[in-house]
Amino acid sequence: MTTDLKKSVILHAGVVLALFVLQFVLPAYHHGNMARIMVLASYAIGYNLLFGYTGLLSLGHALFFAAGLYGAGLAMSQFGLSAGPALVIGVVAGVVIGAVVGGLALRTEGVAFMIVTLMFAQAGYLTILYFGAYTRGDEGFVIAQTERVLFGVDLSAPLVRYFAAFSLFCAAILTCFLAVKSRFGRVLVAIRENEERAAMLGYDVAKYKLGAVVLSAGLSALAGAGYALLFGYVGASFASVQYSIFPLLWVLLGGAGTVLGPLVGTVFMFYLIDLSSGLTTAYMLIAGLVLVVLTVFAPQGVMGEVRRRMWRWLP
Amino acid sequence: MSLLSASGISKQYNGLAALSDVSFDVPSGQVRALIGPNGAGKTTLVGVLSGRIPPSSGSVHFAGQDVTTWPAHKRISQGMGYTFQITSIFADLSVRENVALAARRHQKSAAVVDAMVEEALLKTGLWDRVDDIAGTLSYGHQRLLEIAMGLAQTPKLLILDEPTQGLTEGDVEAFKRLIKSLRGEITVLLIEHNMDVVMQLADVITVLEAGRVLFEGIPTDVKANALVRAAYLGGGDAET
Repeated sequence: MTTDLKKSVILHAGVVLALFVLQFVLPAYHHGNMARIMVLASYAIGYNLLFGYTGLLSLGHALFFAAGLYGAGLAMSQFGLSAGPALVIGVVAGVVIGAVVGGLALRTEGVAFMIVTLMFAQAGYLTILYFGAYTRGDEGFVIAQTERVLFGVDLSAPLVRYFAAFSLFCAAILTCFLAVKSRFGRVLVAIRENEERAAMLGYDVAKYKLGAVVLSAGLSALAGAGYALLFGYVGASFASVQYSIFPLLWVLLGGAGTVLGPLVGTVFMFYLIDLSSGLTTAYMLIAGLVLVVLTVFAPQGVMGEVRRRMWRWLP
Repeated sequence: MSLLSASGISKQYNGLAALSDVSFDVPSGQVRALIGPNGAGKTTLVGVLSGRIPPSSGSVHFAGQDVTTWPAHKRISQGMGYTFQITSIFADLSVRENVALAARRHQKSAAVVDAMVEEALLKTGLWDRVDDIAGTLSYGHQRLLEIAMGLAQTPKLLILDEPTQGLTEGDVEAFKRLIKSLRGEITVLLIEHNMDVVMQLADVITVLEAGRVLFEGIPTDVKANALVRAAYLGGGDAET
C-alpha cells in the first residue's frame, strides 16, 4: 500500500468510526438528525459519483431517490412484501430507471443533459401524482411501524435506526471509495478532465458514462429505499425538483469529487438550516448568505479546499 | 503486409473537397511521414485514419481489419496510438496518472502499468517530473507527455500529429533521438512541418497537396522531385 492510500484509508476509517461512536454520546434530538443525515449523505455520495467524479451535472436525481423510495414503499404497501425484499426492489428500480434515463440523456451533453434529466425527473414526479390511487400523491403514505422490520429488528427504534443508517452510509462510502480507487473510477475522472482525450486513449467513453449513471442511480435509490424503511414515510415531495437540487448543493458545499465531501456538505446544510431556523423565521436568508460566502471563498467546497491547501492525497 | 492502408479516401465539406481519392499504405515497422503545405488535407486525412472524422467515401484497413466504420476508441483499443496536434492532456492530473491512463486501458496489472509508466517517461525524459501536475509543465514538456502517453499504449501504429510544433531546438533533437530509438519496434505515421525532422526520420514520405497524393518516395527522391519543390517553394504552377 502506498503512503497516500494508507493515509486516506486511515482518515476514512476514522470518520466512519467517529460516526459509529457518536450514537452513544449524542442527545436524542441530534441522534435522530444524524440518522437522517447519514441516509441523505448516502444519496449525496451517489450524486457525487456522477457530478463530482464524472463531471456530469444531473438535475434529475430525485427520480432515482424516489425510485428507491417508492420501489420499496409500494412493494410493502401494495404487495405486502417484507422490508428485505422491498429494499432490493427499491435498488433494482433505481438501477433500471438509471439505465433507461442514462441511455437516453447521455445522447446530450452539458446544458442539454441538465435539461433532459430534469425533464425525466419531472415526468417521474407527475407520474407519482397521476397514480395517486396507489401513491396518495402529495400527501404520501406511511409504512406502519410493525412492517419496518429487517432481520427481526425494529428499524424504527432509535438505536437500531441509527445503526441501520450508519450501515447504509458505510456501504455507500465504501462503494464510492472503491469505485474511485478502481480503474473504472480513474477513467471517470479522466472523462471529467478531458473527455476527448479519454476517448483517444481508447476508452469507450459512452459505456463508462452510462456505468457512472447506473452506479450513481443505484446508490441514490439505495438511499431512497433506506429512507422509506427507516423513517416510514413515502411522499411525492421527495421526487420534486427540490430533491434534485439538494444533493447538488450538498456536494458543492462539501466538495465535489471528494469521498467525504457529501457527508460534510449534508451535515453542514442540515445544521445550517436547523440552527438558523431557531434564530429567526427568515432562516433561508441566513442560510443563503452563508452559502454565498462559502461559494465565494471556498469554490471547491470544504473538502475541496482541504485537499487544495493541506492534503493533496485526498481521494 | 501493410499495417495501415487507406484506399480511395475522399472527404467533402459542404461541397469543398478536402481530400480526393487518397490511397496509401504503411507497411509494418516503417516510419512514414506525411507532409504537405497548409491546407493540403493532412489534418483531415489523419482524422479519417484515426476515426475522428468519417470519410465521404473510401475505406481504411488497419491490422487486417476494415475499420472504416469503427469509432476512434475502438481503433485505438486495437493498437492505433494517437497524439494530438494541439496538446490535449489531463492538465489537472499528475504526469504519472496521465501516462497510467494510457497504459491501464490495455493492461490490468498495476505493477506492469507502473513499469510501463516509468519506461515511457524515461524514454521521453520526463521521469523526474513524474509527480508534477501535468498542466504545470512547460509547453515542450507537455508535447513530450503526449508522446509518452502514445508510447504507454504500446501501439502497433503511433500517429504523431505535428509533434515538434512549438518545441525548442534542444527538444527537437531529443524527439529525433526518441523516434530513432523506436525504429523497428513500432510503426510511426508522422505528420510534420519541420523538413529537417522529416528528412532525418522518415523511411518513406507521402506528400499531399490540395487533397491529393502528389508524390510518394524515399527522402532523397522527395527532395529531388520538381513537383514537391514547386509545391513547397510556392510555385503555383506545379499543380497543373
